Amino acid sequence: MNTETMNPAREEKEHPKKKGVRWPVWSTLGLLLVLLPFILEKGVSSYYLFLTVKVLIWVLFATSFNLVLGYGGMMSLGHAAFFGIGAYTCALLLVKASCPPVLAMLAGPLAAAIAGMIAAFFSVRVQGAFYFATITIAFCQLAYTAAFKWRSLTFGDDGVQGIPVPAFISTEASYINLYFFALAVTVLCLYVVWRIVKSPYGLLLRALKEDPVRATFIGMKGQQYRFIAFVTSAFFAGIAGVLYAFLETSVAPDILSWTFSGEVVLMSVLGGMNLFLGPAVGAAIMILLSSFVTSYMKYWLFTMGTILILIVLFCPKGVGGLVLDKYRAWTKGE
Amino acid sequence: MALLEIKGLRKSFGGVKAVAGVDLQVTRGQIHGIIGPNGAGKSTLFNLISGYYRCDEGSIFFKDKEITRYRPQTLVKMGMGRSFQVTKIFPRLTVFENVQAAVLFSKGYGLNLFSDARRLVVDPAEEILSMVRLSGRAHELSGVLAAGDRKRLELGITLASNPDLLLLDEPTCGMSPLETNETIDLIRKISMEKALTVLFTEHKMDMVFGIAAYITVMNFGAVIAAGTPAEIKANDRVQKVYFGEGHVA
Repeated sequence: MNTETMNPAREEKEHPKKKGVRWPVWSTLGLLLVLLPFILEKGVSSYYLFLTVKVLIWVLFATSFNLVLGYGGMMSLGHAAFFGIGAYTCALLLVKASCPPVLAMLAGPLAAAIAGMIAAFFSVRVQGAFYFATITIAFCQLAYTAAFKWRSLTFGDDGVQGIPVPAFISTEASYINLYFFALAVTVLCLYVVWRIVKSPYGLLLRALKEDPVRATFIGMKGQQYRFIAFVTSAFFAGIAGVLYAFLETSVAPDILSWTFSGEVVLMSVLGGMNLFLGPAVGAAIMILLSSFVTSYMKYWLFTMGTILILIVLFCPKGVGGLVLDKYRAWTKGE
Repeated sequence: MALLEIKGLRKSFGGVKAVAGVDLQVTRGQIHGIIGPNGAGKSTLFNLISGYYRCDEGSIFFKDKEITRYRPQTLVKMGMGRSFQVTKIFPRLTVFENVQAAVLFSKGYGLNLFSDARRLVVDPAEEILSMVRLSGRAHELSGVLAAGDRKRLELGITLASNPDLLLLDEPTCGMSPLETNETIDLIRKISMEKALTVLFTEHKMDMVFGIAAYITVMNFGAVIAAGTPAEIKANDRVQKVYFGEGHVA
C-alpha cells in the first residue's frame, strides 16, 4: 500500500531514498497485477476475474470521489449521478447511435464533467456541509428520475441492455483484455489524480478544507477551487462509469440512485478518506466482502453496517490508516 | 501620508452599535495600535477594514483608493494582510506547508494542477519561517503548536502575501510575558526590515506602549482619544475608561 498521506511531515531530502526503497515494491506489485488475471481465470474461476475488474472500477470511482470528500472537505451524496451519466452516455451512444466506441468512451466522462459543472455551480456556493449534501443528493435523484422516467431515451427501468463491447476488450471468451484495459485506465487516472493532489492546487484545496476563512485571507476564492475539484472528480467518476458499462454490458437507473452514492461514501470511510489510497482500500474490501458474505448468508447489509460501526468507533482513520499506523510503528521498532 | 484612511465608519448588529462613526488615519510605515476594553469594537473595525464585514455607513480608503465594498481577496491582492484574535492556520498541514500554501498562491501558482508543489517556492517559504523563528518546526503538523507558535505561524502566513499593511488582531493573545516580549521585538524587526505599516489591536498596555508609535483608543464603538503613547498616557478620559472614574494619572 502506498504510504503517502495527506499530511506528509517529511523533508525534500528524503525523497530519493524513499524512491529507491519503493521501486522493488512497485515492481513486485506490477508483476503481480500482470500475472493475476491468468492465475484467476486459468487457476480459479473467471468470476473472480470479473470481480477484480469490478474492484478496479470502484477503486477509480472511490479515488475520484475522495478528491471531493477527503481533499476538498465536501460531503457529496450525489456522486453516483456522474458515474451513472458516464455509463449511460457511453451505453446510449453505442446502442442507439452506433457511435464509434472510442468516441462513446470519451463522451461518457465529458458528459459527466458537464453534469458536474451544473451540480457544482449550485452546490459549491452554499455555506455548510448539510446544504451542500442536500443539493448533491437532489441532483442525484433528478438524474435517477430522468433515467427512470424518460423511457424513450433511456429505456426506463429496463435500462440499457446488450451494450456492444469493443472487440479489443470483448468479454465473450475472457475478461483478460478488459482487465488489462481497466487496469491501465485506472492506474493512469490514479496517477493523474495523484499529480493533482500533490500540485499547488492540491495543497491549496487541502488548506481551504482546513480553514476557509484563513484561505480567503491569503486571497483564495474558495468557490473556484471547490468547483474545479468537483468537476474533475465528476470527470473521473464518468470514466469509472464507462468501464462499468463495458463490464456489465447493461446499465440500469439504480446506478444513479443516492444509495449508490452512499456506497462510495462508505468505501471512503472504511478505507480512510485522509489517505490517497484509503478509498481504494475501502472499495476493494467492500466489493470483495459483499461478494463473499452474500455467498454464505443473506444479511450482507447487516454485516457491513456492523463493520462500519466498529471502524468509526475504534478506527476512525479507516482500515488504510490503521495499517499505515501499524506499519510506521513497526518500521520504528515500536 | 496616510496608507489607510477611515471616515465615519459605522456597523451595528441588531441594536448594538459595534462601530459608531470611527475616523482613523494610519500613516505609511508607522506601527499604529488600537486599544480599548472588551467590546470596544476593535475586532469589528478590523473585520470592516479587511472586508470580512460590510459596513452600514462610512468609507475606507487604502492607497488612496476607496475599498469600502471590496472583498478580502481583492484587498489581499492590493497588499493588505491580517491575522485573527483566534488564530487561523491550517492545522492538518505542516508548518512549512502553511506558509508554502500562502506563498504559492501569492506567486500565482494557485491553479497549477500538475507541478509538484513540494519543489516549488521552498526558499521563500523557508525564509519566512526563519523570520518568524519557526524553521526548527517546519515539518511538524501545525495543529500541535503552542499558542505562541501558532500566532507566529499566522504572522508568517500573512507575510507570505507580501503585504504593505499588516492588520494584527491581538497578536500576543494567550502568550506568556516572555513570548509577548519576543513577539514585540519580532513585529518591530519585521516592520523595519520590510518597511511595513502595522495596525494592531491589543489589551496588554505594556505591549502597546512598547511598540506603537501612534495609538487610537476606542470605547463603545467610538474613538475617544488618539495620539502618541505619551499623549495617551496623559489623557484623563483614557485613564477613566481603563482605571475607573476615581483614578487620575
